[in-house]
Amino acid sequence: MAKDGNYISAKESRRISRENRKITSEIEKKRKRKHIPESEYVTQMKDPDNCVEFDNVQTHYFTDIGTVKAVDGVSFSVPKGKTVGIVGESGCGKSVTSLSLMQLVQRPSGQTVGGEIRFDSGEKVINVVNAPEKVMRELRGNQMAMIFQEPMTSLNPVFRIGDQVDEEIALHFPKWTKEQVKARSIEMLGMVGIANKEGVYKMYPHELSGGMRQRVMIAMALSCDPKLIIADEPTTALDVTIQAQILDLLRELKSRIGSSIMLITHDLGVVAEMADLVVVMYAGRVVEKGTATEIFKDPRHPYTVGLMKSKPVVGKHVKQLYSIPGNVPNPVDMPNYCYFRDRCERCTEECKGAYPPMVKLTDTHYVSCYDI
Amino acid sequence: MENVVEVKDLKKYFPIKGGFFGGVTGYVKAVDGVSFSIPAGTTMGLVGESGCGKSTTGRTILRLIEKTDGSILFKGEDVSAMDKKKLRELRTKMQIIFQDPYSSLSPRLPVGEIIGEAVREHGLVSKEEYQDYITQIMKDCGLQSYHKDRYPHEFSGGQRQRICIARALALNPDFVVCDEPVSALDVSIQAQIINLLWKLQEDRKLTYLFISHDLSVVEHISDSLGVMYLGNMVETGKTNDIFAEPLHPYTKALFSAIPMPDPEIKRERIILEGDIPSPANPPEGCKFHTRCKYCMACCKEKAPEMKDMGNGHCVCCHLYDR
Repeated sequence: MAKDGNYISAKESRRISRENRKITSEIEKKRKRKHIPESEYVTQMKDPDNCVEFDNVQTHYFTDIGTVKAVDGVSFSVPKGKTVGIVGESGCGKSVTSLSLMQLVQRPSGQTVGGEIRFDSGEKVINVVNAPEKVMRELRGNQMAMIFQEPMTSLNPVFRIGDQVDEEIALHFPKWTKEQVKARSIEMLGMVGIANKEGVYKMYPHELSGGMRQRVMIAMALSCDPKLIIADEPTTALDVTIQAQILDLLRELKSRIGSSIMLITHDLGVVAEMADLVVVMYAGRVVEKGTATEIFKDPRHPYTVGLMKSKPVVGKHVKQLYSIPGNVPNPVDMPNYCYFRDRCERCTEECKGAYPPMVKLTDTHYVSCYDI
Repeated sequence: MENVVEVKDLKKYFPIKGGFFGGVTGYVKAVDGVSFSIPAGTTMGLVGESGCGKSTTGRTILRLIEKTDGSILFKGEDVSAMDKKKLRELRTKMQIIFQDPYSSLSPRLPVGEIIGEAVREHGLVSKEEYQDYITQIMKDCGLQSYHKDRYPHEFSGGQRQRICIARALALNPDFVVCDEPVSALDVSIQAQIINLLWKLQEDRKLTYLFISHDLSVVEHISDSLGVMYLGNMVETGKTNDIFAEPLHPYTKALFSAIPMPDPEIKRERIILEGDIPSPANPPEGCKFHTRCKYCMACCKEKAPEMKDMGNGHCVCCHLYDR
């Protein structure tokens, strides 16, 4: 190892990239077969009440400086009709988890190499990890829809709003006539609370404010009545007042179409308001999961406790804000002990051993720590 | 206590050019008559939605953009009347920390040079002391001396913000404008930076103008508070007073929209309808009347005036006319 932990020689880098190519091309070849038998990707749900079950999912990025385990053995489930909040700092793998579910991870360098993601599509239960592209195309948009983080960059600036919403509806309902599609688009725009829906239908994205664009994104996501909505930081780029509007809208729509929401955010306040279940992630792993009340009233993992303490809360005065010491570890070649050990205040002798297993506290509350 | 900064009736209009000959067709009234003063050693928070003119206010005070009207006094001297030489001297006394630590640092300069360039340029310390001075500043801001030769891309977001803070403080200023310094950072890093700003204020007796849209952060760091809406100040006063009893309907709505990290609190939320109107064509009368649920007949005609409700708590609303 040279003076800097990140440094590797050109020769070493070439060797790694050669190895990576070998691994990724093998996976790609397997994925690109013409006929993939149904038995490979149709499975059974463990619990029929769940909409999605993540079971030990591993999504790795094969980069030239080594393998980045962006998601490393994540397990949790999203029950039908519930909202699950996924919290964590940037780079903890929360977005990659949702991308794995949509099979939108940047290939070939990013690959879901292990585990199962079971998605209940109504007729069949599909293991997304092994599903071929054709099946995925039917799921995406129809069954699960995603609301992206930045409404500014996710809309195409050269097409009218109407055309963009139409496109999705026309793709999923190929038999509909143009008039039907347009009527549906305008109906969707009205549903997300846009007053001037006919006007907006003809506008370009730059003519709309941030909140309006996010509404359009939501309208697009909901246009096919999906079973699962993945909201990836839906309000991060918005003002508090607009954020409140959007959150209210999401809550209302959820109860109206009865879908589940996977809410990815780093704002604990948003999670507390929206989520029924909370999953806390750190460095690619789930460190704690439970119901919102359990997590906020009785956090057990030192990282969760630290996160709660470091957020300033209105009406609660402290002399100094708590801050978690240190930084997130380097994602290349993670250690085999608890990833949080070096920043943890409650570190004990036991922590020097292997990564702590998930401990069950109640039926819903799990934590991955030795000191509980 | 002596006021470090006094702003009276500050206005900043940006011209809109249009038409065939590119003539001025209208004005964006980014800041439209804002007055406040900040006592030495205290922090004033400035909150509001995006586009309400809080950043423009901060920049106009520093004369990074020229004002249209009004007066800005820095320690009793009129900033806008200063000539080039005087202004250059003033630059060391007033500094700014920008929002985005990713784009506000030159990627081609090593960190030591980023922090030290202005120090050398203004000749604040002698050549012999220069290196030690930079090292000391970096240490105060939580950076190591071996970081001096590294480039900004080698640092994480939190550390970059520390570099920005070190750059501002290297000139030993009295007054620092913090323009959303923690908005781009993660929660745990946010806490580190806020603590650092606190510590530096105590050590150096700094005066901050803290611009942010995150109300929970503002509540923690500021002594006094100004709430802006569409270029106007709608409510000012001590932070504790405003948070204990917000008077203006906009402030009330803003506070009720803060998400609380407690799943058991169920509050009545005031949802504001629609978006903030365009500052190029603001509504007549009270600018907030289009979204206000207490809107009366007089709100649509006459703009309200600032009224003192006691203890320096001022509000700009017809509801409190007596």
